Amino acid sequence: MAMNYNAKDEVDGGPPGPPGGAAKNRRPDNTAFKQQRLPAWQPILTAGTVLPTFFIIGLIFIPIGIGIFVTSNNIREIEGNVFMYYGLSNFYQNHRRYVKSRDDSQLNGDSSALLNPSKECEPYRRNEDKPIAPCGAIANSMFNDTLELFLVGNASYPTLIPLKKKGIAWWTDKNVKFRNPPGGEPLAERFKGTTKPVNWVNPVYMLDPDSDNNGFINEDFIVWMRTAALPTFRKLYRLIERKSDLHPTLPAGQYYLNITYNYPVHSFDGRKRMILSTISWMGGKNPFLGIAYIAVGSISFLLGVVLLVINHKYRNSSNTADITI
Amino acid sequence: MFCSEKKLLEVERKVKANDREYNEKFQYADNRIHTSKYNILTFLPINLFEQFQRVANAYFLFLLILQLIPEISSLTWFTTIVPLVLVITMTAVKDATDDCFRHKSDNQVNNRQSEVLIDGKLQNEKWMNVKVGDIIKLENNQFVAADLLLLSSSEPHGLCYIETAELDGETNLKVRHALAVTSELGADISRLAKFDGPDTKLMQNSGKTKFKRTSIDRLMNTLVLWIFGFLVCLGIILAIGNSIWEKQVGDQFRSFLFWKEGEKNSVFSGFLTFWSYIIILNTVVPISLYVSVEVIRLGHSYFINWDRKMYYSGKATPAEARTTTLNEELGQIEYVFSDKTGTLTQNIMTFKKCSINGRIYGEVQDDLGQKTDITKKKEPVDFSVNSQAERTFQFFDHNLMEAIKLGDPKVHEFLRLLALCHTVMSEENSAGQLIYQVQSPDEGALVTAARNFGFTFKSRTPETITIEELGTLVTYQLLAFLDFNNIRKRMSVIVRNPKGQIKLYSKGADTILFEKLHPSNEDLLTLTSDHLSEFAGEGLRTLAIAYRDLDDKYFKEWHKMLEDANTATDERDERIAGLYEEIERDLMLLGATAVEDKLQEGVIETVTSLSLANIKIWVLTGDKQETAINIGYACNMLTDDMNDVFIIAGNTAAEVREELRKAKENLFGQNRSFSNGRVVFEKKQQLELASVVEETITGDYALVINGHSLAHALESDVKNDLLELACMCKTVVCCRVTPLQKAQVVELVKKYRNAVTLAIGDGANDVSMIKCAHIGVGISGQEGLQAVLASDYSFAQFRYLQRLLLVHGRWSYFRMCKFLCYFFYKNFAFTLVHFWFGFFCGFSAQTVYDQWFITLFNIVYTSLPVLAMGIFDQDVNDQNSMDYPQLYQPGQLNLLFNKRKFLICMAHGIYTSLALFFIPYGAFYNAAGEDGQHLADYQSFAVTMATSLVIVVSVQIALDTSYWTVVNHVFIWGSIATYFSILFTMHSNGIFAIFPNQFPFVGNARHSLTQKCIWLVILLTTVASVMPVVAFRFLKVDLFPTLSDQLRQRQKAQKKARPLHSRRPQTRRSSSRRSGYAFAHQEGYGELITSGKNMRAKNLPPTSGLEKTLYNSTSWIENLCKKTTDTVSSFSQDKTVKL
Repeated sequence: MAMNYNAKDEVDGGPPGPPGGAAKNRRPDNTAFKQQRLPAWQPILTAGTVLPTFFIIGLIFIPIGIGIFVTSNNIREIEGNVFMYYGLSNFYQNHRRYVKSRDDSQLNGDSSALLNPSKECEPYRRNEDKPIAPCGAIANSMFNDTLELFLVGNASYPTLIPLKKKGIAWWTDKNVKFRNPPGGEPLAERFKGTTKPVNWVNPVYMLDPDSDNNGFINEDFIVWMRTAALPTFRKLYRLIERKSDLHPTLPAGQYYLNITYNYPVHSFDGRKRMILSTISWMGGKNPFLGIAYIAVGSISFLLGVVLLVINHKYRNSSNTADITI
Repeated sequence: MFCSEKKLLEVERKVKANDREYNEKFQYADNRIHTSKYNILTFLPINLFEQFQRVANAYFLFLLILQLIPEISSLTWFTTIVPLVLVITMTAVKDATDDCFRHKSDNQVNNRQSEVLIDGKLQNEKWMNVKVGDIIKLENNQFVAADLLLLSSSEPHGLCYIETAELDGETNLKVRHALAVTSELGADISRLAKFDGPDTKLMQNSGKTKFKRTSIDRLMNTLVLWIFGFLVCLGIILAIGNSIWEKQVGDQFRSFLFWKEGEKNSVFSGFLTFWSYIIILNTVVPISLYVSVEVIRLGHSYFINWDRKMYYSGKATPAEARTTTLNEELGQIEYVFSDKTGTLTQNIMTFKKCSINGRIYGEVQDDLGQKTDITKKKEPVDFSVNSQAERTFQFFDHNLMEAIKLGDPKVHEFLRLLALCHTVMSEENSAGQLIYQVQSPDEGALVTAARNFGFTFKSRTPETITIEELGTLVTYQLLAFLDFNNIRKRMSVIVRNPKGQIKLYSKGADTILFEKLHPSNEDLLTLTSDHLSEFAGEGLRTLAIAYRDLDDKYFKEWHKMLEDANTATDERDERIAGLYEEIERDLMLLGATAVEDKLQEGVIETVTSLSLANIKIWVLTGDKQETAINIGYACNMLTDDMNDVFIIAGNTAAEVREELRKAKENLFGQNRSFSNGRVVFEKKQQLELASVVEETITGDYALVINGHSLAHALESDVKNDLLELACMCKTVVCCRVTPLQKAQVVELVKKYRNAVTLAIGDGANDVSMIKCAHIGVGISGQEGLQAVLASDYSFAQFRYLQRLLLVHGRWSYFRMCKFLCYFFYKNFAFTLVHFWFGFFCGFSAQTVYDQWFITLFNIVYTSLPVLAMGIFDQDVNDQNSMDYPQLYQPGQLNLLFNKRKFLICMAHGIYTSLALFFIPYGAFYNAAGEDGQHLADYQSFAVTMATSLVIVVSVQIALDTSYWTVVNHVFIWGSIATYFSILFTMHSNGIFAIFPNQFPFVGNARHSLTQKCIWLVILLTTVASVMPVVAFRFLKVDLFPTLSDQLRQRQKAQKKARPLHSRRPQTRRSSSRRSGYAFAHQEGYGELITSGKNMRAKNLPPTSGLEKTLYNSTSWIENLCKKTTDTVSSFSQDKTVKL
């Protein structure tokens, strides 16, 4: 009860502590992790690492940029396959309410979604009490001009250039994402009970006589349904295949473009375009990327030079030696 | 038996002892202690309610509700609910485990056994079942878990000794006395339970633990508000944009983009868009921010718990981070408030040296006769001849033993005095060993020393003291006991030895005692005085020792006068004091003792190192001024190099104010004399704020202020003077302060200096300051638990504070700042892309990324690398952190993360988002893929941008990480790998076949990421976003390297060479003369001894002589009670319970 004045406590280093077992258990483990001594790589930004990096980036980017730029400028040569695009401007395919106005289940051939499309399709979900197939604003606003290309040439009447309709959509879209409603019967039967989108002339099962390019798997339709990221865009319309190695795909000459005008764009101040292009190793014509590479490469190189100069001129000589406290 | 209580409702309690039925009528609280919050049933509702009270959670709930409105919903519901559910579950699990531990510890306390008198029989009862009014029997060394009223005890006169270590950390015993009426009743200690459970003094005093927040927390909250304001601005811009767009463009676009009825209003559309954008842009402050911060802090806490260098093997106590939310604040401490006893010192006194008749004993000399420190090689004096010797006592100077053997009379007299003049009580334990009960450890040390040198104090009665002098028992008659008090600063005994000589033995503060010496002592005085200075210079507590031979006749006259004075009714105290003065003169000096108030290990190094780190240390102690100053010198807080030490000891507000003003003038005056040319300039500055003036102060100053003056100084009009002066001083020592004052001082600094404070202490009297300071540290491993329980961090030794602050604190702060910088950067880069995209999508709140990407970006793709950085990163290693305390300063100055840094991070994020959006934009504009199919579709654009983003932020974290452990490698590379695998999985045919509506991106990853030009875009974006940052950082490190940068380079250079030598600060001792006499005990024990009240009946002498010494049998108890309650009441503040 009374405090015993134990001179034993006076020993240096404190009392001996409780029996070994308990003491051992409470002592933290001596592991590199717990003691924060994990071996580690400690990179530092030094002149030796940073400056060469800048120079290397410069030396790599500038040639890439030049390469891209040259390739991109060469693209007009009409060799190899020629791609025919239609372009629209001021068309907001990336508007939120537009983008979500579709039903991927319906487009994937789901029978219940076919007859009962998603609410997202409103107000293009039902028409006169019948479900719309394909539903939604995207499908409803599908581009439906027809483009035909004629070579005027030497002959008295122009020859129609054969345009390939298939092979313009992504493989996954055509084979996985878009599917007609299942069944063996004709397409019209399978789409029974649905109605066409309001703006359309024909129902979806009459888009193309070719059964492999009809209904939801019509490639023009698929291409349209892959909405554009920007209000000015172009979409692949047709392919012009090279017939033989001897002749260019589109020989030099006068051409005549026949457009069946169905698609109104004046109302929203839009523009239509038709583009013919070839493709290089890095895609279509794209001067931006080449220029950007050259620019970034040059900046990097310049920065390297500037930093080198600054480093030599202003850096207080070996700052590792004198740590001032 | 009735107590005043502070509750208004309950003025008094009437309790019938041992009558449970009667007492139950009042429905007093039971004695169960509840610190837990939940039980199984209430857990879910209470916990959820608590969680949704947090602003962040409520905010995300609000967002979730917004998202359910289809017109607004720009993100699907899962983007918010997945993280929210994750966070809430994690928090709930953590709360549940915490509460489990609380239940456990509650049970442990509640189930302690006690003996209660029930139905006339003593029965074992758990403490939690003890009721108000129960009579409890306590035995020696039992815990007390309720407020009790002492009824009687087995000790004579109903005394009992209690240890209050759990309350105030003091291990010396306090005397409590039973009521006279009840004290005769029982033989064993019985007590009546007064207040139970939540009503106990302790629980009442413990108060609600304040929820502490770090300054980073507060900054973060401000920033979140800023960000929110920023978002609202963006939202408004976009909403206005939307209104205009709808009017000018959207209106014409109606044939394709139908408008529902009721939405045909561009302003309304703008309003909806505003909310839609708020939802999209909220990812700048994702909920994962709060979770990550908690996880990082938890990690840091574990590192503190695991640190072997903060493990004290002596008590098997590891350091413990009891609060896991304050770690980075440890890196910003500016003021440390330290308790003294038990924190800086061990509360162990050791007899180190003495000066007898002009000769020093206790100095250790090596063979060459040079003074050396005590080393292990030196043989301690062998006390084994002496059967009474305390085996653990060590003394290294053999000369003293020689002198005793030679029979030097002065040496004998010296030791005899030590054995006679004290208030120690002796007891024999069961093994027949002599055990001393001491009121003050100082005395214990002296009496023990005398015992080992052969002058053993054996026993005492009110009239006699028996000592064993070198083997022979000698009984001295105790004629008078001249007690200690604060003014006298000395105590004396007058004894008659068996030869009939009367002697007065006196010990006391040298300053006082030297004035009382006989003129013949002059030479010895000078010599001893030098010795005292030497002792004081070593930080030892000194006492001067003197005696006087008394004439029988003279003593009898004097004693007669004393008896008269005692019975006098008026001016009794003054008369007694005068008589004491009268007899304590013409003393013959014997020498001096030097007792070491043992510092905790490493205190000096720690204090020095913390001072170098610009941390100001204030000592707040309940001790006396002398003791406190002594310790200040001992641990180098006060040095002789200081320009001035101001001592404030005024008794009235005016005096205190005057002293403070004078000190300040003095400080400025001296300062001015140092720099003559700037007098005018400084005078002007004097008028300005203290913080400005502070810069111009040269030289070191210290302030010592006692509790009495402090009470005045804390008054509102003097407060500023105090604060100003105190903050200009390097060291501040507050002595004689009450626990409440400790808290007030902390509060003062906290409030007016806006500085981060840390309080460290070991006893319950430190609890208030521990709770008040930003960070409270408890010294664990001691008997008292209160400080530890109230603390945020606990460890066993003061010296670990250095590592806690300089290593763990610094790292925590460094890591947290880096984490926050990166996190804000990352989310700005991630989110603002939506803003730019808004201008191209008709402000329709269309997201740039896939919804799944938005859901997973913060919690899966980028969370782990930044967490790893936040947990493991180090700029310099722990050794360097300790060796260069200057590294600590960025934290104090708040340099690593502040509003400016935040704006830089924000600008960095905005730049990155620009690069992220406009490079793909340029590249995609009108572009075609390498297969001729169009490339600029929304989904490819989203995938390209998401991939660029993940790569850019990964490269950025790679740049930010300065310490790449395995974990960092795994997390950074793993995150990128995870991104691609999840991307390919979500874009796979299989998952589309199952959920065609949720995963519309089928085939996209395959198609996009196989195109060369997409990779060229990603590469370009990455380089363009990162390059300026690298250039900027390189320039900073190259041209303006911080100390940390320099050390990193040196660390790298020396990695393979030898480890850096440790730059231990040299410990200096000053050697000025200080009188360091301080009895740690209270006045009044002299009376207690001479009355014999604290002695067992068997030791009592025949009552015949009792009257002579027992002057006033009631007064001493009153005195004692008054004095003890003084200290107790200071602890319990205003809730004194009168005995």
